[in-house]
Amino acid sequence: MRYLPLTPEDRADMLGVIGAGSIDELFVDVPAVARRSEPVDLPHHAGELEVEREMLRLSRRNRSAAEGPFFVGAGAYRHHVPATVDHIIQRSEFLTSYTPYQPEIAQGTLQVLFEFQSQVAALTGMDVANASLYDGSTATAEAVMMAQRVTRKTKAVLSGGVHPHYVGAVETLAHAAGVTTLRLPAAIDAEDAVIAAIDADTACVVVQTPNVFGTATDVTKIAEAAHAAGALLIVVTTEAVSYGLLKSPGAMGADIAVAEGQSIGNGLNFGGPYVGLFACKEKFVRQAPGRLCGETVDADGKRGFVLTLSTREQHIRRDKATSNICTNSGLCALAFSIHMSLLGEQGLRQLASLNHQKALATAKALAAIPGVEVLTPRFFNEFAVRLPKDAAEVVETLAAHGVIAGVPYSRLEPGSGLDDVLLVATTETTLDTDITFFAKLLAGAVQ
Amino acid sequence: MSMNTVGRPTRPEAPNDSEAGFTSLSGGRGLLQDEPLIFELGGWTKTGVDLPDAVAADGALAGLTRDEPIGLPGLSEPEAVRHYVRLSQKNHAIDLALYPLGSCTMKHNPRLNEKMARLPGLSDIHPLQPQSTVQGAIELMDRLAHWLKTLTGMPAVALSPKAGAHGELCGLLAIRAAHEAAGNGHRKTVLAPTSAHGTNPATAAFCGYTVVEIAQTDDGRVDLADLEAKLGDHVAAIMVTNPNTCGLFERDVVEIARLTHAAGAYFYCDGANFNAIVGRVRPGDLGVDAMHINLHKTFSTPHGGGGPGAGPVVLSEALAPFAPTPWVVHDENGYKLVEEAEGVAAQAFGRMSAFHGQMGMYVRAYAYMLSHGADGLKQVAEDAVLNANYIKARLSDLMSPAFPEGPCMHEALFDDAWLEGTGVTTLDFAKAMIDEGFHPMTMYFPLVVHGAMLIEPTETESKAELDRFVDALRLLAESAKAGAVERFKNAPHLAPLKRLDETLAARKPKLKWKPVAPAPLAAE
Repeated sequence: MRYLPLTPEDRADMLGVIGAGSIDELFVDVPAVARRSEPVDLPHHAGELEVEREMLRLSRRNRSAAEGPFFVGAGAYRHHVPATVDHIIQRSEFLTSYTPYQPEIAQGTLQVLFEFQSQVAALTGMDVANASLYDGSTATAEAVMMAQRVTRKTKAVLSGGVHPHYVGAVETLAHAAGVTTLRLPAAIDAEDAVIAAIDADTACVVVQTPNVFGTATDVTKIAEAAHAAGALLIVVTTEAVSYGLLKSPGAMGADIAVAEGQSIGNGLNFGGPYVGLFACKEKFVRQAPGRLCGETVDADGKRGFVLTLSTREQHIRRDKATSNICTNSGLCALAFSIHMSLLGEQGLRQLASLNHQKALATAKALAAIPGVEVLTPRFFNEFAVRLPKDAAEVVETLAAHGVIAGVPYSRLEPGSGLDDVLLVATTETTLDTDITFFAKLLAGAVQ
Repeated sequence: MSMNTVGRPTRPEAPNDSEAGFTSLSGGRGLLQDEPLIFELGGWTKTGVDLPDAVAADGALAGLTRDEPIGLPGLSEPEAVRHYVRLSQKNHAIDLALYPLGSCTMKHNPRLNEKMARLPGLSDIHPLQPQSTVQGAIELMDRLAHWLKTLTGMPAVALSPKAGAHGELCGLLAIRAAHEAAGNGHRKTVLAPTSAHGTNPATAAFCGYTVVEIAQTDDGRVDLADLEAKLGDHVAAIMVTNPNTCGLFERDVVEIARLTHAAGAYFYCDGANFNAIVGRVRPGDLGVDAMHINLHKTFSTPHGGGGPGAGPVVLSEALAPFAPTPWVVHDENGYKLVEEAEGVAAQAFGRMSAFHGQMGMYVRAYAYMLSHGADGLKQVAEDAVLNANYIKARLSDLMSPAFPEGPCMHEALFDDAWLEGTGVTTLDFAKAMIDEGFHPMTMYFPLVVHGAMLIEPTETESKAELDRFVDALRLLAESAKAGAVERFKNAPHLAPLKRLDETLAARKPKLKWKPVAPAPLAAE
């Protein structure tokens, strides 16, 4: 077997050194009822060629985004990732290293994390950022838990524009921890409506911009209302490229900014692994979840980086930790950081503008179709349209003709009464011909 | 043209200064550059991408646009490649040498898995595109689920948890939901041994449970009498790692399960160490109700400097109805991801995260499983255990094994009794290993053993590599015992950096780059 270096002779020699007669003697502590001498009922080993055949068979049964017009977003976006990114993250020293517990021989990973934190803090307009969480949805849930620790209050108000999957992740964690959640009904332009729901028990207000319907909102007034009630404002973003065009959460008064970072440096991968961005005001940092990388010096006074403030974490604090998180999303954070370095501020702004323009062009083309109404008043690269038909059916019809039209909102939140709403996303990868073809097919499908 | 017959010296001069104290003039070190931060490379107007021109934003976003500088540096492509490759050279990695971190399971990461994860049909697909267009992806999830269920002997699996600790959360939430459905919501205690991973008590506390510790016997196992005394109508679950963090198989695990079930509680098994028994022992045969499996440990998906992971949770018949969404169903029309629970399943707790879990990790883990097969995976467990016992056998005369009697499983645990009186601590010894070219073992964990040193070689080390490692440790151990304290106290000497000041980092947290403040304007 190609991944196992020991030869039968090695095994015999080693058993001799150990003083065991057979490998079974090393498993002597396993109760007799559970001892197995035969392999389980699964296929036996396979060579690379056979494995590739099986994986190719599965791969071919999927329609990849590159195969044609593709307008799917709702929390994951197909952007072009420079070849350099994948080359670097496949370097052995990044790909096959562990959590940097020995800083003297992990300065590569640690410096990258420090740079990543600095980039995320700049993008979100916040004081500090952590070294990443699993994804945007779990980062949002962790932010709600953190707000509870900071305010010692136990109610979270979620706007009707928060991605329903994010609401689900928040509810899972919140209910486990005894935090109550008030999620307002889904609405296209909903962020301001949360102000009325804030009361003295409110620990945090969770708003998303651009929201799940694509609506971009200046949340400054919500921040003021939250702060007046002693609550924190958590601003969620599922499309990190929007930071290049829209006001940052920090500039609008956010206490905690969380985001899905997949858009920068990471592929779609059918939903994961992604990278959760988490940033907050400096005064709250000791309540933050996840790993933090900090600058220090070595015994010779040279600058170096270490994991720090770990007294918040589970391996030190156990049941008193700020979170149970151990693993983060290091390699995806690296991909994010490399892509961000390649873009630079100028490239990010340009990329964001391109995304916005494609969305404007697409919205214009769709709005011209009789019976199709663009619902989102202010958007970045994604918007909602109302169709004269069930959106899920339309998506299936167009898929059969080679266009993946977007996400029917009903898939995210069945029973919301928005079965005719379709979420349409564009990126810099969208071609003008994609837009034309989409509009033509949609016009036919909704007649 | 004449040859240069004078030439240059081809033999080194006899050293006339000692290595100690030698530093370069510029901060470089041999081939290692002293690499600045991206923020210090001066690229405030640079970019490494060529994008089409974009026109300025339209009026529709008036008042919402970001008009202030963001503060992000850019690098051209050659600068970026160099920056990151230079940084990479300051990392240890499993591709360079043994990574003996006990409980972390750093094994070889096959490159075939990386290649498969990059097939466009598996990587360039969106979690929310119509299910009719991703039948192969859903089938792959179903195949992976089948392998995990068969290997563990369990009837159900929740794939979506994103890492081990996330899996623990999933398992405990399923347990909580099951108790609540049965009218047993008053059960608010979780029992866990002192040797547990920190994530166990952290997860239990997160779920609103009070954690009570179970005592350990002198031979490193759960104390059955203490467990029995602490079980009762208030206990929701026990969390036991098996093989445990001392590297030992819980001999009485079947009895542990029986006692737990008799008390009306569930048995959560931390499956971080499943790699020691995969293909040889099925947790389902031991009475386990829920167990997470770290795909990045047992099934070799890369750790990437700390993640991503993936932590599917297998569930018993009793807990299966309480699995989170989504899950896969399969009929004559094909594969379907059920994203919204209906009917009895709606009493479960919902979803762990957005979308369907760590697909990129599923692909890698499935490729690894297919490669090894049932026979190879059994050999994986056997070789992992053999390698650990070999290390234990070869070091036991110089170092003190914490549990000398009987075999260990996939990792060998030593305490620091053998260092007593040498002036060398576990930390010093670990740091000195760096100078010998090896990554240290896990230190000071588990907490039940003084000055713990936990060595896990995994099955992907050759005997020659193990011997090289053991020989280096033996030389170090002899040196410590001979009183060469200096070698240890200031170690590492030869790493890219000397020992780092972690106290300073925590006392004055500096968590991002800040521009150097401009010099104050001179008074006019």
